[in-house]
Amino acid sequence: MKKMSLFGLLGLVVRRDLLLAMRRRADVLTTLIFFVMVVSLFPLGVGPEMDMLRKMAPGVVWVAALLASMLSLPRMFSADYADGTLEQMMLAPQSLSVLVLGKIVAHWMLSGLPLALIAPVLGLQFDMSAPALGTLVLALLLGTPVLSMIGAIGAALTLGLRGGGVLVSLLVLPLCIPVLIFGAGAVEAVTSGMSAASNLSFLGAFMLFALVFTPFVASQALRISME
Amino acid sequence: MLEVGNLACSRGDHRLFSGLSFSLHPGQIMQVQGANGSGKTSLLRTLCGFLSPDEGEILWHGKPVHDLGEDYYAELLYLGHLNAIKDELNALENLQMSAGLAGYALTEQQAVAALRRMGLQRREHLPVKVLSQGQRRRVALARLLTTDAHLWILDEPLTALDVGAVGLMQELIGEHLSKGGMTIFTTHQPLQVAGVETRQLSLS
Repeated sequence: MKKMSLFGLLGLVVRRDLLLAMRRRADVLTTLIFFVMVVSLFPLGVGPEMDMLRKMAPGVVWVAALLASMLSLPRMFSADYADGTLEQMMLAPQSLSVLVLGKIVAHWMLSGLPLALIAPVLGLQFDMSAPALGTLVLALLLGTPVLSMIGAIGAALTLGLRGGGVLVSLLVLPLCIPVLIFGAGAVEAVTSGMSAASNLSFLGAFMLFALVFTPFVASQALRISME
Repeated sequence: MLEVGNLACSRGDHRLFSGLSFSLHPGQIMQVQGANGSGKTSLLRTLCGFLSPDEGEILWHGKPVHDLGEDYYAELLYLGHLNAIKDELNALENLQMSAGLAGYALTEQQAVAALRRMGLQRREHLPVKVLSQGQRRRVALARLLTTDAHLWILDEPLTALDVGAVGLMQELIGEHLSKGGMTIFTTHQPLQVAGVETRQLSLS
């Protein structure tokens, strides 16, 4: 039988999770609709003062993205845990970190990526300028993977606990504050006429740093949760 | 060859078993017996490395399984109480995915052949959620036909199976043993492989 390479395995896990999500679309849509609703509530609640809306837009979009990604976190490993697939993943003759990375990538493609793509449409409600919208998308593309990666650790640690959904938010949200600060900061820098390069560099650095450490940490957390 | 020496395991404060020693050679089959709650599943999960033993050691070809890690897992097939199949996928996709997770690629012909032998003709493309309990168990058991693992650890493999499928299981395990494989299993139903003596391990 043909042995599988690490990248083959990574691709398999991503394809599998995307296929499962396509067969159960409601889960993906709830995250996206939640994001759209929360962001849209602000102009309605605050009123049509363009200056104020423009100023608060980056923060609002980022906080909503943060909350929306928390919504889908408990589902990251729970289905695989409940039907025994996670046991088989642990017995895979490859590193569990690669499998976890695959699940993180799939989770981001289903939660973070749609948010980043729809954000410009929502930004229009806040009268954001074109360069600000572009920076917002870029910052979300760099920042949301970090949310998925840190979230994976929280999801792994709270696996099988009752009320784990709330607990995971309490664990993960404080750790996401740097992403929020630099993500919103990038857009504010552009609107006030400065360069967003430093903020975006920080987000990129967070992402690379998380990419190196979080799959390993999350896989160790999964092993603890399985005992 | 699998060797277990002086193994002790507990769940919470409760000591399930201690001083457990046995070895399993190629071509041998062993049944773990004991009342409900005597630690059969815990023993099998310890052998898989999900639980760490309180004391004692587990050796595979003379080396601790903890150090071997992925090399040990490549030779191991575990089938637990849970089927590890996805309701949303069909039988064929399930089998191919679980083969992929175990590290080898399975062609569609190989997967279909395995499912046919498990008695799932014309069910290959149905979502697993419309299959019966016994049929779902058969999908999970089809992994046994596609693996080249040496050590099979089967936890209650006969749950929900009909007489025909039990006969098929005996046949499969017999083939596996004749190729030099090893099997450890638990069951509350009789399972006798022709021509091989089943060793018994009692937990009390």
